[in-house]
Amino acid sequence: MSDAIITFEKLSKRYIISHQRAKGDGFRHVVESTLRRPWRWLRGAEDRPAAHQEEFWALRNVDLTIQQGEVVGIVGRNGAGKSTLLKILSRITEPTEGRIHLRGRTASLLEVGTGFHPELSGRENIYLNGAILGMSRLEIRRKFDEIVSFAEIERFLDTPVKRYSSGMYVRLAFAVAAHLEPEILVVDEVLAVGDAAFQRKCLDKMDDAGKAGRTVLFVSHNTQAVTRLSTRCVLLEKGEITLDGPPHKVASAYLNAGAVGSAVREWEPSDAPGDDVVRFHAVRIRSEAGTVVDLIDIRQAVGIEFDYQVLKPGYIFHPHFLLRNEDGVPLFVGNDVDPEWRGVRRPPGRYVSTGWIPGNFLAEGAIWVGAHIMTLAPEKWRCGVPDVVMFRVVDPLEAKDTARGDYTRPLLGVMRPLLRWTTKTYDAEHTAPVTR
Amino acid sequence: MQDLIIEAGRTERQYWRDLWRYRELFMFLAWRDLLVRYKQTIVGATWSIVRPILTMVVLTIVFGRFAKMPSAGVPYTIFVFCALIPWQFFAAAVSECGNSLVGNSALISKVYFPRMTIPASSIITSFVDLMLSGVLLALLMMWYHFVPDLKVVTLPVFLLMAFAAALGIGLWISALMVRYRDFRFIVPFLVQFGLYLSPVGFTSDIVPAEWRTLYALNPMVGVIDGFRWSLLGGATTWHWPSFVVSFGIVVLLLVSGIKYFRHTERTFADVI
Repeated sequence: MSDAIITFEKLSKRYIISHQRAKGDGFRHVVESTLRRPWRWLRGAEDRPAAHQEEFWALRNVDLTIQQGEVVGIVGRNGAGKSTLLKILSRITEPTEGRIHLRGRTASLLEVGTGFHPELSGRENIYLNGAILGMSRLEIRRKFDEIVSFAEIERFLDTPVKRYSSGMYVRLAFAVAAHLEPEILVVDEVLAVGDAAFQRKCLDKMDDAGKAGRTVLFVSHNTQAVTRLSTRCVLLEKGEITLDGPPHKVASAYLNAGAVGSAVREWEPSDAPGDDVVRFHAVRIRSEAGTVVDLIDIRQAVGIEFDYQVLKPGYIFHPHFLLRNEDGVPLFVGNDVDPEWRGVRRPPGRYVSTGWIPGNFLAEGAIWVGAHIMTLAPEKWRCGVPDVVMFRVVDPLEAKDTARGDYTRPLLGVMRPLLRWTTKTYDAEHTAPVTR
Repeated sequence: MQDLIIEAGRTERQYWRDLWRYRELFMFLAWRDLLVRYKQTIVGATWSIVRPILTMVVLTIVFGRFAKMPSAGVPYTIFVFCALIPWQFFAAAVSECGNSLVGNSALISKVYFPRMTIPASSIITSFVDLMLSGVLLALLMMWYHFVPDLKVVTLPVFLLMAFAAALGIGLWISALMVRYRDFRFIVPFLVQFGLYLSPVGFTSDIVPAEWRTLYALNPMVGVIDGFRWSLLGGATTWHWPSFVVSFGIVVLLLVSGIKYFRHTERTFADVI
């Protein structure tokens, strides 16, 4: 306990939400109530909600102890209380109950480019932003060149920031913040802005902070980043900590709880997509074991199952699916080329066609499946639903037989096939290759 | 390793130490306000000089020529300018200060620093204007071959009073403005009104004796009277009761302003 650098004890934060009154609001009403109870308005703070107001607990009895050097990721749905927690930690707002004990210099990054003034130049804004974040003028001057080269804006130092592209703006803002050297670093969803290269830079910087022995507390929806960087993960749900443990475990729990999509979609005959020739019953994601799953290990095969009813005879069917990743990028189309039914006019009946995607092929992350059925000769699209089901591919860090190999940093790419690699060595004496 | 406990209602003993520690931020914010003022302008910093000159000209014509207000034996231009300097500083400072918190709402909701830094730094731009006007006054005095006597050394006292008055009222208004945006309309009105109510175009000597002490409830009365007295070498009379009253009001405003600000400060980020 003596090593704990941050201790949260029964931390709670209550907000009072106002609902629309019958009459208007504003100074007039304040004057009225002031004349009735003169000292009430001066006190300013809300003690009890009035009739048209409601209590809202953003945080409730949060107990947490963080040791020095830990990199803690905080995950949770929108509105779970993550930003509120960071705000209280950063002394921007006061808790309603409870306390936090901090034993180190804290720097908070709750937004990129805080205090940037559009009329000032990049150079001026570096000084301004640095001062706002708590750096002294000497410190900023010392790190000035580093900051400028990290942001890659040497040419535009003296142009007003309002002329910068959004990428430059965000790079500059992060560059200043990245050169803070506090004992405790608190970061809130800063990774959400910027392009992929920039996000990679941010992640690397935060990683360096963790490796340098600093305590990092960060909030992110990017579960890949969270699992990559953190040594420990905390799940916040409706203002309370529901899970606290190793990153992978907590991240899966969060994803499974909050995942907007589901691995199964079933329809009643009355509202199923289709026409008078074919109708869907269901679309499902199956594991090799045959169970319906929404989380699949990257090494395992996953089956996309079409469950449909053929209503009229004499048609050749062509079920196919389109996979998209969480950014909406189309990955590939899978066409049913089963030789048994290829080119064959099917009799009416119920069919279940499953397309198997091999393991070590897809990349990590959420995969959305669009299921469609066409008839061929002549080609006509019959029915289909884009992004009808989804599943997640997880790459466990401990696995040694994935395409990741021993690489631990984030991997780019929409696919992650495991390839066959060969290496030939050349002996000093022989001119021909020596194969082992 | 600094130990810090964050708790509801905990009075920050560190607050004043924090204000000192954040003094560089205070200067940066003031510097930012100054820089931004004249970016993309063509006349630039000369506006700081043009404004007091124009007001002085208008007042000289209206009060000096037409109304023929007595100017205590001193050229009317100098007479009115001595009062215009502190008044314009006060008016501008109160307006800037009042809007400062709301104008910097992005900072308040995202970064920690003692919030009093913001209204305090917003007064600096008006202070710079005051300095420039002071230079102008010196030039005017040279033009009229007017030399102030030793009483001028008391000027810093009145300057400090003006500062305190502006800060006190500014703190009140900025804190109130966070919660009740109505003050956005009230402030310009008060400032306009105050210009005619304060002894800018006339001296407080013309106020009937029995009302003079009451008149001093307006803090700027003490300040402007003081400015006039020290700069014009006693051409105006020194009225102790009104000075004491004004001084008392200024202290009251500053102390209560600080108290109210500190009290409501913790809810700023939630309400702004």
